[in-house]
Amino acid sequence: MVIDQSKMQSLSDRMAEVKGRSPWADARRRFLRNKAAMLGLSILVLVTLFAIFGGLAAQWSNEELDFSVMGQVAQMGQPSLENGHFFGTDNLGRDLYARVVQGTQVSLMVGIVGAGIAVVVGTLYGATAGYVGGRTDQLMMRTVDILMSIPYMFVLILLLVMFGRSMSMLFLGIGLISWLDMSRIVRGQTLSLKNREFIEAARATGVSSFRIIIRHIVPNLLGVVAVYATLLVPLMILTESFISFLGLGVQEPLTSWGALISEGAGTMNYGTLWQLLFPLFFFVITLFGFFFVGDGLRDALDPKER
Amino acid sequence: MFAFVLRRLAVAIPTLLLLIVFSFTLMHLAPGGPFTGERALPPQVLANLEARYGLNDPLWLQIWNYLVGIVVHFDFGPSFVYPDRTVNQLIAAGFPVTLTYGALSFAAAVIFGVSLGVVAAIRHNSWTDYLAVGVSIGAQVLPNFVMAPLLVLVFTLWYGLLPGGGWSFNDPSFWIMPVIALATSYMASIARITRSSMLEVLGSNHIRTARAKGMPERRVILRHALKPAMLPVISYLGPVFVSMITGSVVIDIYFSTGGIGKAFVDSALNRDYAVMMGVTILVGALTILFNLLVDVLYAWIDPKIRY
Amino acid sequence: MIKLFASTALVALLAIPAHAVQPAEGETLADTQTYTYWLLDAIKSLDPAKNTDVEGSDALRQLFEGLMIEDAQGNMIPGMAESHDVSDDGLTYTFHLRDANWSNGRPVTAGDFVYAWQRVVTPETASEYAWYMELMNIQNASEIIAGELAPDQLGVRAVDDKTLEVKLTQATPYFLNTLSHTTAYPVPQAVVEEHGDGWVQPGNLVGNGAFTLASHNLGVDIVFEKNPEYWDADNVLMQTVRGVTVNDNNVALTRYQAGELDRVQIPAGQYPRLEEESPEEATSVPYGCSYAYVFNLSEKGPEVLKDQRVREAMALSLNRDVIVDQILQGGQEPAYTWVHWAINGFAAPEGNMGEMTAEERMSRAKELLAEAGYGPDNPVQLELQYNTDDSHRLLAIAAQQFWRPLGIEIELNNVEWKVHTDRMQNQDFEVARYAWCADYNEASTFLDWFRTDGYNSGKWSNEEYDRLLAEAATAEDTAPLYQQAEAILDEENPAVFVYHYAKVDMINTAIKGLPRENLLNTWYAKDLYRVAE
Repeated sequence: MVIDQSKMQSLSDRMAEVKGRSPWADARRRFLRNKAAMLGLSILVLVTLFAIFGGLAAQWSNEELDFSVMGQVAQMGQPSLENGHFFGTDNLGRDLYARVVQGTQVSLMVGIVGAGIAVVVGTLYGATAGYVGGRTDQLMMRTVDILMSIPYMFVLILLLVMFGRSMSMLFLGIGLISWLDMSRIVRGQTLSLKNREFIEAARATGVSSFRIIIRHIVPNLLGVVAVYATLLVPLMILTESFISFLGLGVQEPLTSWGALISEGAGTMNYGTLWQLLFPLFFFVITLFGFFFVGDGLRDALDPKER
Repeated sequence: MFAFVLRRLAVAIPTLLLLIVFSFTLMHLAPGGPFTGERALPPQVLANLEARYGLNDPLWLQIWNYLVGIVVHFDFGPSFVYPDRTVNQLIAAGFPVTLTYGALSFAAAVIFGVSLGVVAAIRHNSWTDYLAVGVSIGAQVLPNFVMAPLLVLVFTLWYGLLPGGGWSFNDPSFWIMPVIALATSYMASIARITRSSMLEVLGSNHIRTARAKGMPERRVILRHALKPAMLPVISYLGPVFVSMITGSVVIDIYFSTGGIGKAFVDSALNRDYAVMMGVTILVGALTILFNLLVDVLYAWIDPKIRY
Repeated sequence: MIKLFASTALVALLAIPAHAVQPAEGETLADTQTYTYWLLDAIKSLDPAKNTDVEGSDALRQLFEGLMIEDAQGNMIPGMAESHDVSDDGLTYTFHLRDANWSNGRPVTAGDFVYAWQRVVTPETASEYAWYMELMNIQNASEIIAGELAPDQLGVRAVDDKTLEVKLTQATPYFLNTLSHTTAYPVPQAVVEEHGDGWVQPGNLVGNGAFTLASHNLGVDIVFEKNPEYWDADNVLMQTVRGVTVNDNNVALTRYQAGELDRVQIPAGQYPRLEEESPEEATSVPYGCSYAYVFNLSEKGPEVLKDQRVREAMALSLNRDVIVDQILQGGQEPAYTWVHWAINGFAAPEGNMGEMTAEERMSRAKELLAEAGYGPDNPVQLELQYNTDDSHRLLAIAAQQFWRPLGIEIELNNVEWKVHTDRMQNQDFEVARYAWCADYNEASTFLDWFRTDGYNSGKWSNEEYDRLLAEAATAEDTAPLYQQAEAILDEENPAVFVYHYAKVDMINTAIKGLPRENLLNTWYAKDLYRVAE
């Protein structure tokens, strides 16, 4: 599961080419015509609504134990409208509906915050390297090369072992290991932007480098960054699920899709299949949604016959 | 080209050093040590243990001794948690296993992924195409920690076709489930990348020219389209390789294959500093090497790139 | 204590010959005598001096044999020692070894024991279990471990090749019971010196047990073959024993059902279903471990826990019946004492909280909390630490829910094993889950834990309790003393005792001879056989 770098390259080349008028108007039109992307977008909207408002429909909290179900989950804990367990219960008799809602919140948040950190760090790093150029650029990009050959999942495991498991560590760890590709793409595009008239004009009027980067370079990177971020979110969610599988993810009573799926997968042969299927369903459709939207966004900004 | 390879190798050494120092420090800062156990050890016993493994030296000296051991004797030291074995022995036992099912998965992912992608691209917008896209997206997002127990359930319990776990270099029936579980999602990604890049190439001018000249379609695809369409796939292979090594944890856990993936996670959780360092260095070195290979392959296929 | 002492002496006196393993009436032996059992994780070490865990002990018990071995009920019977004498002061034991060989054909001598035991305490060996020789009270063990004396000063001596003399620092009633432990096994000096740390690898390992090591692939499997040199080999039916590592209990169960394993642990909560589906195979027997939530009562501990009423309220209001009947569901027993209920000769003190009804416990808990000034409006805030594991997680969540309505708000803190034990040993916790497994079948193995200088991570301390245990060490009738000690625990609640373990396994009905009455679950493959189905 890695983002197709060559397409990102092609996109950023194109974004740098376009002069004068904004490419956004055309892109929006193309995006709206893309059925897969629109489907993806609707899924994402629905899942987000589920995460935000789903809790209102829950009859149970995500940590309450239903003692009438506990101990005979296979018989009594299946999905039911009567007892309010719409998605059934987990092995302790906790309401799976409430837990899926809450897991959706955590997973989306991990995905978005992780991608956000990657985008912010990657963009600033790449833009700085590209804009400053020379030795600094060399040094900064060599560092990226070095960091790229570190097996990052190992480092993430080490970080979680070392600093203990916490939500913030998870965000930080996941975000910090995924900004490298971003910084390369951004740097490439910055290089081609920095000799444009409007940048030179700004420089001539004595605007500081930092201000130029923030005010003029970064806004022009928006297309690439948006596409990259959309495709990064599902990767973050997948990474989180792997970490949860290892038991290093979010802590009880909080949960995430990864934790729910790995719990459900363990008991798939014990007659409680719903424990796997509900979280897996949300996980899968959301990843689909992000892929469709990301691909659609990219195709809209960089139209080619594909 | 030669200079490029040399330069890349030169960067590899500081990279590895950085990795060693970083992991070593992180590991030692973590609470608990290799001998923290259920029963608090009497201070004397603990002191004896620490003396034996050199843990009472200052951190910088430990790192130095460790590096000297590796460089001079190619000795990664004794394992803390498996005192009967040295790290060299542990890696020698686990790594060939990981490498075997890893390489097979890699080959399977590339062969099936590329075939699927090419077929989908040729039959663009047909039901074959939609099926291929659907399957590959589905396979891409199904976590392998769901797929692995499912495979055991289906192939071992229900149909009794394959052994549910274990490893043998002589009996391919032990390889099948690990390879399926490890390869599927990468196969799917490769199929998607191949498909889209193939479509792009098929729409390009030089293919139109070839077709216009009346070249048979089969020849057009194999001789002219496939090679350029492979470029994005190749640049994807480096990361695939690394994620496969990481993903091997799941394989080792569910299929009792005894590879180094599990060894790494265990060593981190058990504070087996020596094994953890050994595996990290090994995987780091392989990553560097593999990325280099990918770059060389890339340059060989794409004549536009010059180093 | 005395009773225990007397019965083992009697066994030695009569020198009962080891009983021959043979099929019962109506059973036919299977053609291939194999037994495949499940290992959760790779075996860490096969070196008797370095082994620390249950999986390793299970393997070592097949490969080596100590002076004593255990029968199906866990009683000591002669192993390498055919008989023994004890001096009147109980300080000197003389063992008379039987004629037995190592798997390389060399005789097992008293010198092998001397070498092995000295090796355990030698600082260079860095044995994590060196303290075991101190538990055995062998002369000079502590001084040698501390590096103050040379290893050859250990109180153990080969009088001649077949006579071993052991000197103790004090009369130790349980001494004979310690002899079946892996740390007290003999090792072959020549082999150890030839191969160093790697002497226990397949191909190098030489043992005196009923089996030899055929192969050992870490994380995959370990295979034992019958040892023709074993002294009682004629009575061993089993030919091949295999331990298979499966890191996931659920997958292990699947593989058991596919016929790949003969024995596997049943995952939490699955016993009732399996018991219904295959009553012949699903088994549950008492297992000598107790589970508890330990309070940190040290300086570093939270102030609120120093209030005895709060601790008692927490102990009262934890609904153990739900935990054992609805979560674990494997024949575990609710715990109101620290000592496992099935321990030899142990009886719970009268009037302990286990005798109250659930309602009484609940209302008493509310009263106590209210007295202490807490309640739902002014909740007690505590952190419960547990190590990463599915069933610990389930129990911790349940505990959190049981305590919440009373006004005890628990924050869960899941850490990995190493961090968990590290923090417990440094009193960096508030409430921590803990389990203790019996080393031998006698109440002191549990009660020692809460002595002021015992492991006692919570640093609870009570003079009367210490005095009772000291008295029990030499008393004739220990039962009332242990009962009084438990009564103190019941009164002061240094921990909430949660449940007493059961060993809940699926066992292939073709496998016979697995002990069902051994509380420590010690098994010897030499006693097993497979019948034709």
